[in-house]
Amino acid sequence: MKDTTKSPGPQSPMDAGTKPEKTDAKLGRDIQAKIGQQLRALYDDVVNQGVPDRFADLLNRLDKPGDKESR
Amino acid sequence: MALDASVRDAVLAAVPSLRAFAISLCGNVDRADDLVQETLLRALANINSFRPGTNMSAWLFTILRNHFRSEYRKRRREVEDSDGSYAETLKSHPEQHGHVEFGEFRAALAKLPPDQREALVLVGASGFSYEEAASICDCAVGTIKSRVNRARTRLAELMSIESMDDFGPDRATRAILVRNERV
Repeated sequence: MKDTTKSPGPQSPMDAGTKPEKTDAKLGRDIQAKIGQQLRALYDDVVNQGVPDRFADLLNRLDKPGDKESR
Repeated sequence: MALDASVRDAVLAAVPSLRAFAISLCGNVDRADDLVQETLLRALANINSFRPGTNMSAWLFTILRNHFRSEYRKRRREVEDSDGSYAETLKSHPEQHGHVEFGEFRAALAKLPPDQREALVLVGASGFSYEEAASICDCAVGTIKSRVNRARTRLAELMSIESMDDFGPDRATRAILVRNERV
């Protein structure tokens, strides 16, 4: 997964005549924004599932036994 | 020992984020949930070492990461199928996000070295500062920064393959190239 896809922007005909660095910088920013956005979306997808029952049950169970003095 | 209600609530509140982090480490929801469960048991057994007023979430992340390092990495190496396992096992629905390329992102993320992925997730998704992430990973702040930078650079490389489709006229050719590489 490498060689053939290595060189991105400047190679494509659309970029001919424009300043490569500028295109790269813009592309870089676009991609970084996309990376940040997708990373959070992926993460938040799990976060939004909330607390599964098994963990709520676990904490409730641990809370009960050995409960010397009740609060 | 009875668990203080405020402590229990703080632990519970951290669970969703702990799971998301665990999934990014394990690459598998079921193993991640086991890891979270073991983390919670350890945390509660050592709850006296938690200093009230400090960040409960960071404390739990640290325990989870240490436990993962000592136990899960070995196991993971034994059972891990090559690439794509992380992408395949996440029970999520990309279409809900309207990101056609969501699956590509997961695949790219799965290709990162574990140290880099971990740093990127802690800083870029969990919302920890570089300092907190460094403390969780028991390394220097500069190390976290460089791992995050390398992770971003590598992801950009991996993803520029797809995003070039948006700009380049040779979309079809490129799609074929990409597809062939994946086979």
